[in-house]
Formats: sequence, C-alpha cells, structure tokens
Amino acid sequence: MNRFNLLPVLFAALILGLWELFVRILAVPVFILPPPSCILTVALVRAPQILPHAAITLTEILLGIGLALCTAIPLAIIMFARPSLEKAFAPFLVASQAIPVFALAPLLVVWLGYGIASKVFMAWIIIFFPICISLLEGFKSCDKEYRVLFRLMGAPFFKTLILLYWPWALPRFFAGLKVGVTVATIGAVIGEWVGAQQGLGFLMIQSNARLQVDLVFAAILWLTAMGLVLWWLVGVLEKKIIKWK
Amino acid sequence: MLKVSCVTKYFKDQKIFSNLDLTVDRGRFHVIVGPSGCGKSTLFDGLTGVTPLDGGSISWNHESLLNLRYHAAYMQQKDMLLPWFSLLNNALLPAKTSGQNIKNAKEQAQSLFARLGLKGYESHYAKQVSGGMRQRCALVRTLMFNRELILLDEPLSALDAITRRSLQSLLLLLQTEFGKTILMITHDIEEALVLADEIYLFSKKPMSLSRHYVLDSPKPRKFNDPILLNIKADVLDKLEGDLMNEQV
Repeated sequence: MNRFNLLPVLFAALILGLWELFVRILAVPVFILPPPSCILTVALVRAPQILPHAAITLTEILLGIGLALCTAIPLAIIMFARPSLEKAFAPFLVASQAIPVFALAPLLVVWLGYGIASKVFMAWIIIFFPICISLLEGFKSCDKEYRVLFRLMGAPFFKTLILLYWPWALPRFFAGLKVGVTVATIGAVIGEWVGAQQGLGFLMIQSNARLQVDLVFAAILWLTAMGLVLWWLVGVLEKKIIKWK
Repeated sequence: MLKVSCVTKYFKDQKIFSNLDLTVDRGRFHVIVGPSGCGKSTLFDGLTGVTPLDGGSISWNHESLLNLRYHAAYMQQKDMLLPWFSLLNNALLPAKTSGQNIKNAKEQAQSLFARLGLKGYESHYAKQVSGGMRQRCALVRTLMFNRELILLDEPLSALDAITRRSLQSLLLLLQTEFGKTILMITHDIEEALVLADEIYLFSKKPMSLSRHYVLDSPKPRKFNDPILLNIKADVLDKLEGDLMNEQV
C-alpha cells in the first residue's frame, strides 16, 4: 500500500480513535453517542437483521441509477444535438435540483405509494442531474478541429456521436456517474424516512424511536459502505472502459 | 482541375482576402507560401466549407461547387488521431463514417500501412508511436478518403527536421504513385521548392498573390539546385520586404 492510499486510512483511524476516546473518557451514554467499536460490533452482530433492509435500499439505488442512465443519456444527446432544446430544458433541470428533495418525498409517497417506486423516483431525481449535465458538458468539450475532421469525412451526427463525441465525453460522464452513485443513497433513504416498511431509512427511523442509536449508526455504516463500494465500482468500470487515458 | 475564382472573406469588417484566384490542374502539386497569420488556413477553411466564404466561386473538374467538403481530403498540422482507436481504426475512420465496405477498406488501409512503413503497427495506439508515425497514419487516413483532391495544411510543421525530410518523400508519393491533385500550405520554403510544381506566394492581410512560380525541374529535387536557390532567395526577399514594410 503506498503513502497516498495509507493517508485516508490513517486519517479515519485518527478520527475514530478520538471519537472512541472522547466517549469513553466522558462516559457518554450509548443511547446518546455510542463509541465506534460498539457501532462496528452492532453492524456485524446484527447484520442478519440489517442486511435485508440494506438489500432493499441497494435495489432502490440500483434501479434509480438504471433509470437515471436510461433518461439522462438520451436527454444529454438530444440537448447536444439541438441546442435550442437545451435552452428549453435547462430551467427545468436546474429547478429539479433547486427543489429540496425533503419537500418532494411526502408528495411522491402520496403519488407512488409506500412501495419501492417512490424511493426509486427519489434516487432518480438526485442521480439524473449530475449524469446528464456532465455528459452534455463532455460532448460540448470536444475540440473543434476533430468536429471539422468528421464533418469533412462526411460523417452524419449519429456516427460522429458514436465514434467521436461519446468516447470524448466518457471521462466527464464517469465523473458525473461517480457523484450520482454517491448521492443516490440520500434519495433512497429520504424516501424511506417519509414512508416505508423496509429499507435502511426505515430501520433508522424505527431504531431512533426506540433509542437504539447504535443500530442507527450501524445502518449509517452499511449505507456508507454501500456508497463507497458503488463509487469504487464506477471507478473500476471507468478504468476498464477508458483505457487510453 | 480545381478552379477558385475571386474568393473573398471578411471577419466582421476586416478583409482577410478578396478576389483571390487559384488554379490547380489535375495531378499537379501546388503549394501556398505566406507569412504567419496572412489567411492561408482561412482560405482552406473557406474552401472546405468550415467557414463560409463571402464571395467568389469554386469548381472541381468543371463542376461548380459551394465548397469542397465532399470532394477533397484534408490533412492538418496536428495528426488528429483519436486516442481510443488503434492506428488501423483511425485510418479506417473515413470508411466508417461514409458507410464504405469495411472489409475492402481494411485491405486498402493495410496495403497503405505497408507502403508508408507502418506495417506491424496496425494495432498500436497513437500514444505508443512516434510523431512521424502518427503523421504517416494521418496520411493513410487522408488517402482513405478516396478523393482525388487533397488539401494539406502544414502537415509536417510539427515534426523535427529529419522526420520531415523522410515524410516529404511520402507526400510526393501522393502525387506520383496515387495520382492525387494536391494543394498544400507550408511555412517551409525549402519544402515548397522540393515538392511543388507551382508555388503561390501570398502577402500579409489582406492576403493577395504577390508571386507565382512554376517549377519544371524533375522530382525528387535537391536543395542545392541553383534554380531553386534563386527562387528561395526571391521568396525570402519578398517576405522580408513585406515584414519591413509592416514594421515601418
């Protein structure tokens, strides 16, 4: 492990160590702030209880990512191909991010029910924007000289898209996807907070009401791990696909 | 025959060139020389339709055209190879984009790779080969346009002197072996003298023709040919004179 990989581990160990020390020295009750060692123990010992909830949340996140990819990519292409449409859609895209998701969550539960659909939709709202905008900006960043070359080769738009614009925009697309998958957990969990019968958000609300703060933190730990794994997977996929960098 | 008559280009109120005439007979190698920023590349942009011309007419083989977009292959100073494709796939781009038969195009590209000294490098990527090899690959791609007329915009200017010498002979092949009609821009007067059948010397903005040389001596030529040296001295005198006038 090189020095750069070691630094975040050392930093995390320092923060957790200070936290553990602070809680132990001041004898903070577990229902107020449990020590990290206790959270880790609960996260592992009660994994059989947590994991089914985590699986639900992960499903919502993955469906949200899938839905976001299916909508953000075509919309980015359309807006790139027709700048007038970009001007028409841009205010709505920005507005979709300006509205607090907390405000939308109860409405979505009313409209789409207590099931998985409202959570997937929440995740979609959050993931869609970074993917769409970063891909669009990636397309736009293509050098004029390459565009000219393709124009002189007589390439129609779709072929230019496949052979030039798409590979050109891939690094930005993956940057947007990394942001998207990391914040996707927020959308799903907020949806579960407002109204659900399963999922990590539901488990958090239930545990909090029973003062099982260690279980709340354990759920947060699993959620964080989920976000980190998704972020890492996107990074691996990026390295596999963008071999020329 | 390429005939460019009375072409004019303005950028806002600034006249870049006006009433410019050029004629390139089929199978001939014509070179445009002129000071930096005089508008040579703008002329090519106008000819290829990258930017619209403000006046004049263009015809290729007696067919009147708006521009040469679908009639000329174009090679720029930079190799413009795409890093995500192998050299062979870069060379195949004109075929892929214009819907040609890829199998036939692949055979053609492989034969050109062998002819231009790139055999064995088909699956390499641009970052894995030298600048000279990248430019050879760009040359193959230019030939893969399968167009008789070729426009070259300082294609060798980014290369070192030795690589440039070796590639100059390959540029000659375009004319002698592949029968292409070539119009090339260069800053290098010696390069123009070695390659050209005719040289157009343009002056600073607004760009206008200040000299036209016809070179009859057979190719390949040597730099120390007295006739070429005389032309070189004349071109340099003219360019230096223009520069002095500008400074005054």
